[in-house]
Amino acid sequence: MSRILELDSVTMQFGGVVAVNDLSMHVDEGEIVALIGPNGAGKTTAFNCITGVYEPTNGAILYKGNAIIQNHPSGKMKRLYAGLEPDKFSSSKVLNPTPDKITKLGIARTFQNIRLFRSMTVFDNVLTAMHMRMNAGIFSDVFRISHAEEARMREETEVLLRRQSLWELRDELATSLPYGKQRRLEIARALATKPQLLLLDEPAAGMNPQETQELASFIHEIKDEYSLTVLMIEHHMDLVMRISDRIYVLDFGSLIAEGTPKEVQSDQRVIDAYLGVAENV
Amino acid sequence: MVDFFHQNLSYFLSGISVGGQYALIAIGYTMVYGILRLINFAHGDVFMCAGLIMVYLSASLPFAISIPLVIAITAVLGFVIERVAYRPLRSAPRMSVMISAIGVSYLLQNAALYFTGGLAKVYPEIGFLSRSVDIWGATTRMVTIVTPFVTVALVLILTFLIRHTKIGMAMRAVSRDFETSQLMGIKINRVISITFVIGSLLAAVASLLYFTNYASVTPTSGSMPGLKAFVAAVFGGIGSIPGAVIGAFIIGICENIIKGGASIFGIPGSGWTTFSDAFTFAFLIIVLIVKPTGLFGEKSVDKV
Amino acid sequence: MDREKRNHFIRLFVAIAAVYGIVLVLEMTLRPTNMLFTVLKKGAIYSLVAVSVNLLNGFTGLFSLGQAGFMLVGAYTYAILTMPVAVKASDRVYRYYDCIVGFDTGVFVGLIAAGLAAALFAFLIGLPVLRLKSDYLAIATLGFAEIIRAVFQWDVLGPLTNGANLLREFKDLSRITFPFTDIPVPQTFFVFTVCGICILLIVLLINSSYGRAFKAIRDDEVAAEAMGINLFVHKELSFVISSFFAGVSGALLAMFQYTVQAQQFRSMLTYEILLIVVIGGIGSISGSCIASFLYIALSEWWLRGLDMGTFLGIHAENIFRSGFRRLVFSVIIMVIVLFFSRGLMGDKELSWARTSAWLRRTFRKREAV
Repeated sequence: MSRILELDSVTMQFGGVVAVNDLSMHVDEGEIVALIGPNGAGKTTAFNCITGVYEPTNGAILYKGNAIIQNHPSGKMKRLYAGLEPDKFSSSKVLNPTPDKITKLGIARTFQNIRLFRSMTVFDNVLTAMHMRMNAGIFSDVFRISHAEEARMREETEVLLRRQSLWELRDELATSLPYGKQRRLEIARALATKPQLLLLDEPAAGMNPQETQELASFIHEIKDEYSLTVLMIEHHMDLVMRISDRIYVLDFGSLIAEGTPKEVQSDQRVIDAYLGVAENV
Repeated sequence: MVDFFHQNLSYFLSGISVGGQYALIAIGYTMVYGILRLINFAHGDVFMCAGLIMVYLSASLPFAISIPLVIAITAVLGFVIERVAYRPLRSAPRMSVMISAIGVSYLLQNAALYFTGGLAKVYPEIGFLSRSVDIWGATTRMVTIVTPFVTVALVLILTFLIRHTKIGMAMRAVSRDFETSQLMGIKINRVISITFVIGSLLAAVASLLYFTNYASVTPTSGSMPGLKAFVAAVFGGIGSIPGAVIGAFIIGICENIIKGGASIFGIPGSGWTTFSDAFTFAFLIIVLIVKPTGLFGEKSVDKV
Repeated sequence: MDREKRNHFIRLFVAIAAVYGIVLVLEMTLRPTNMLFTVLKKGAIYSLVAVSVNLLNGFTGLFSLGQAGFMLVGAYTYAILTMPVAVKASDRVYRYYDCIVGFDTGVFVGLIAAGLAAALFAFLIGLPVLRLKSDYLAIATLGFAEIIRAVFQWDVLGPLTNGANLLREFKDLSRITFPFTDIPVPQTFFVFTVCGICILLIVLLINSSYGRAFKAIRDDEVAAEAMGINLFVHKELSFVISSFFAGVSGALLAMFQYTVQAQQFRSMLTYEILLIVVIGGIGSISGSCIASFLYIALSEWWLRGLDMGTFLGIHAENIFRSGFRRLVFSVIIMVIVLFFSRGLMGDKELSWARTSAWLRRTFRKREAV
């Protein structure tokens, strides 16, 4: 199994707050990995670093062995955040591509607070995500010279929507769907970019137990069908324990535990982080 | 250097004076932006309206009554504009609010056009301010000397207000975080109204000083000073009052030196005058691109 | 293509053909000085520029206030290129300068060049400006429009732009003929044709994959970027294309007015067009067109009486004097902005089904009364 994603000492700092502190982790091809931790532990920030929304203060992110993001702090920040090896990431030049380039590499994501295209139908939401892979230039697109490509995109969208059982809702406004369906649509939209690595940010949030059940098998299915690797943030412990191969636990921006579901479940630090440590009064 | 300064003394003086007037307008922009994140396009026109109101009032009333009255009416105008044109759109998208602001600006200008019949109105001579004086060999009007002092005094009062009164504290809280301060029980609408009233008050004072210098008011005479004040606010870091004041003084001085005929890059100033307005914009764009937070602005991070 | 869609296209085609037929018939029968033609011509030109603003503001979510500047570039380019060499050489237009453009072109080359020149300016301006956020973008584009206006009036550029003086005697609407003949082209029909083609192109763009990408950016920049849409490239595309059509409409406006002067393209023009877009409904092409014709008809024709002393048979010279029309207008606009913020059409388009449903509702109401 080969590494698909690797984070090397990633630190993200906003003003005085260190949201992610020296995080190193990796995801292997074909795995389902979960990133868990209490609210504000820095999970979404880590996602935003991976997808290029934020530029990490220090550290490197490697996709299939190649550094896609690499940054190092300078000046005063260097002393504070560069850790034991301050010059580790400063040798090569800083790349830091924009999020769209990272999506093109094959990393797609969903959002914690669902971000669908508000004014568009279910169908158009997915169709829009195919735009990235279009070969036609704007002229052939406007003059409909590339209509074969448009037809192919529509066909693929249909297949995807039928697969997610959203086809009957194709002409509904995306934001008028029930919550669970919106989450599904967001996953469908992410799949439309043909990713190899799928990042799911709290896919079960706001779902009822039955929907969560379905989601678990759904994630397994799409993983096999599209040969995906999945990295997800989730609070729903049942789900996490049932489907993930490995788990990383963050607390206050730092990694406190990692391992299989079983190992993590019995880890004292994880229990403390979730339940709180009894303080001596 | 000393020579340059001496030759251009009168331009320096009028630069400081105009800068003070811009500063008073700029505070209105910067305070409203700080709280509502809205470029109040109508602010320059409120300033123009203050000038026109003065023209009409002073025709029948002595200055002792008309001057306070102008200031009061302008404050009411600012209050009414916020109440009618901005408050109903509080939860609307930002673009709608800006369009509403443009609409108000259009309305005020057209109203002024209608009432004045499109003619430039002669601004009354306010005895004391219009008197001419000599300083170090440069002849100027009293208003030029008075303006910076009035500006600094008003800014000090305002700063005191914001630092040490309850309403000032509320303003600072609202500009920091709109929603949270609402949850904390601050009466948002009251704070916003007061912000508009203060902004309009200062614009009224600025109009007294500015139009005494320029002697006439037309329906569009608010747009250029308004824009320059806005540029000053952006330059100083929008949302920051000291920034706006310093930015305004810098812009006022630069503008007057360019106008005054100082030779820059070998081209005499007269060759640049057609560009004096365009320069302001060019300056604005450079500031926006190079340092969008201005001199004293704070950086904000978008939450994803 | 399913049946319903085909019927829709047939109806659309018939409706458009009917509009052009009516324009042509009117032009054959009515006197050319009829006020109606002024309204139709200017309305069509404003429709084009309003639609181009809508592409930017309504469909891509970029709040730009630079339209007047790009219209100015288009108008000047067209006027300078199509002015006959003989006129350029004489001192009828270039009185204080020697014109350095030693050739002249035809109408279509002029129109396309006008668009391209505006697009080039937009491309260059877009490079730094499109990285700015909403209101900063608005103020920066407004600033560039003013800078463009100042530059075109600069006397150093006089040999090209004639400084702050008028340009005229170029190929305006009264001077255009069918190719290789001396038969004049029906003016209104010409304007309608050019604007119609341009608007059609914009509609095609909006309904293409790129158009969907624009709408995605408007709806949610972060999500659009996460779907692999390059924000900067697409914003720049939208900005350049919108400016191209603004340039063409500027050229048409020059043809319509017979003269060009930088003074005509103040920011007030941009505001006017923006308000038309708001009246029509941000995000609705047909709304922008309807609003343009309404706006022009009201301001140039139906509300004239407000300035002239008599309106609707009421004679009141003290109230109905110069400037009252614009005052009434701005009040109407404020009412629309505040109480009907979705405009005439919201973000919907005019369609057969919607029109017939509306007619049915209206008539049923009448019957009930």
